[in-house]
Amino acid sequence: MNLIESQAKAIFAAAGIPVPRGRLAATPEEVRDIAAEIGGRVVVKAQVPIGGRGKAGGIQLADGPDGAYEQARQILGMDLKGFKVEQVLVEEAAAIQQEFYLSITTDRDRQANVVIFSTEGGVDIEEVAEKTPEKVIKYWIDAGLGLRDYHIRDIAFQAGVSTDVLKQLAPVLHTMYGILRAKDAMLVEINPLALLEDGRIVALDGKMQIDDNALFRQQDIAADKREEGEHPLEKEAARRGLAYVKLDGHVGVIGNGAGLVMTTLDMIQRSGGKAANFLDIGGGARAEVVRNALELVLSDPDVKSVLINVFGGITRGDEVARGLLDAISTLEIKVPIVVRLAGTNAEEGLALLQGSPLTPADTFEEAARKAVEAASA
Amino acid sequence: MSILVDKNTRLIVQGITGREGAFHAGQMLAYGTNVVGGVTPGRGGQEVHGVPVFNTVREAVETVRPNASIIFVPPAFAAEAILEAAENGIELIVAITEGIPVQDMIETVQYVRSQGVRLIGPNCPGLISAEKALVGILPGRIFKEGPVGMVSRSGTLTYEVVAGLSARDIGQSTVVGIGGDPIIGTRFIDVLQMFEEDPQTEVVVMIGEIGGSDEEEAAEYIKTMKTPVVSFISGRTAPEGKRMGHAGAIISGGRGTAQSKVAALEAAGVPVANTISEIVDHVAGILKK
Repeated sequence: MNLIESQAKAIFAAAGIPVPRGRLAATPEEVRDIAAEIGGRVVVKAQVPIGGRGKAGGIQLADGPDGAYEQARQILGMDLKGFKVEQVLVEEAAAIQQEFYLSITTDRDRQANVVIFSTEGGVDIEEVAEKTPEKVIKYWIDAGLGLRDYHIRDIAFQAGVSTDVLKQLAPVLHTMYGILRAKDAMLVEINPLALLEDGRIVALDGKMQIDDNALFRQQDIAADKREEGEHPLEKEAARRGLAYVKLDGHVGVIGNGAGLVMTTLDMIQRSGGKAANFLDIGGGARAEVVRNALELVLSDPDVKSVLINVFGGITRGDEVARGLLDAISTLEIKVPIVVRLAGTNAEEGLALLQGSPLTPADTFEEAARKAVEAASA
Repeated sequence: MSILVDKNTRLIVQGITGREGAFHAGQMLAYGTNVVGGVTPGRGGQEVHGVPVFNTVREAVETVRPNASIIFVPPAFAAEAILEAAENGIELIVAITEGIPVQDMIETVQYVRSQGVRLIGPNCPGLISAEKALVGILPGRIFKEGPVGMVSRSGTLTYEVVAGLSARDIGQSTVVGIGGDPIIGTRFIDVLQMFEEDPQTEVVVMIGEIGGSDEEEAAEYIKTMKTPVVSFISGRTAPEGKRMGHAGAIISGGRGTAQSKVAALEAAGVPVANTISEIVDHVAGILKK
């Protein structure tokens, strides 16, 4: 789950990381009031979960309340890379001396959290890493030791920042690591972390990514879940407790096991078609789960055929087949459904499907071919 | 031979009184695994399938001397269960649980490594040494003993390959599911090293998928192996930025693509099959079956 700037900054501020004065607004009138309250130059920032908001015109400076009102009228309602801007953050404009990049993120290859710091802030860190890798300092955190002052000194001296900056950087980094752990984040990012002309450092932007597996103990964050960028069918799948991803083809796919389903999508493409979705019903493949999954897939207007690919392990093929027959007896079926059963008692299972509206297939390849043919017929 | 588990394995089941724990304890016993005990706090003194249940791992260790543990504890408590087993000297821990928070696993993986404990998983089907011991949720009846070692990030996809091999009378030494999470205790390279040293294993099948760079790292090691390796990578058509079922199966920032893994493996001289049946064909070719 990704948190946008205003959500991340609220967490930063509560934990003691300096952020600019400002507030969220949903109308140009509110923006004018907030700008008047702040006084002086303000910045109006679109709150959408994308990078490159500035380049896309979603971040604008204004000299006072009236200018802020005009900018807000432009930005609110704007479409930024597919996201409609419904809220803006209005903040005091900062007088910037230097911009840094600072993040802590989970590095799956090293199986540790890593601090990433660069004196080249305010730009895409991936680009900096590619062009000038020596300017990106990476520091892996030992989970037992945690992040210590001498680690932070090492990072700062490697980057060549002044001791004045180091003094302010240390508490920010300690707090960020505390946030990462307390909020079950897989990313806490400040880009840019700005050194202002008056010598203070301030988080001018913020981004966080929360581990979906930990939402059970992050109730506040879970309650704020926006589901931005999710297809309506993905939202429905989440409500039904199904592991589902909407794709742009026409063959609906249901299978058990993530690897098996991914391979089914690959096989459909090899047969010249494209899958309409990824849907993993998990190990057992019980009748009610199959029914639930089938109902969801059949509700997708893009679906012209369905491929059910199930490996019977502990649940035998004949049991899976009975579950399928049970499921379709209660649903209205308008598209061809190809079923491949493999594993234990697969032949008995396929025999049970004879005479039903389901089309049996023996092999992975045959099933993919039949489903693709049915979708284009 | 075989790797990790065999007739000398003395297994305890953490979470044995839960639905999954009890069911799979029964399946493992039926396969012939030496299940010596179970642990569920507050249920000590009971029995499940005739196996004694203890309140703590310490009590189980003192009473039935296990050398392996399998974990069916819910995600909120699973990291604690792994740590409890590791601190009490269990050498092999297999975590089946799906959905353990990443920060919990970072701490846990670091601790078990520092103790020299072997952790398999989490979010994995476990492992089996064919006709010797099942420590996991794999369907025992599809396996038969033989020369093929397998290591995989996927459960059912592995069963597909095993069923294909067994149907052609090609048996398996040990089959290890390392799990679909981003932070896991044992990676491809660890298991490949064990197979390289196992006299029973004549060929290894490695089944990878999108996300991370374990397959690329494994490819570097395979260059030094004497045992031939056959591979398969799923998710060649997966879109970027979408989690494909497994928490770890995601392409992000252009990294972790199937294309990168296939290229690394092919550069290491590993045949990468396009379909499941091709995997079986490659193995049969190497074994001249």
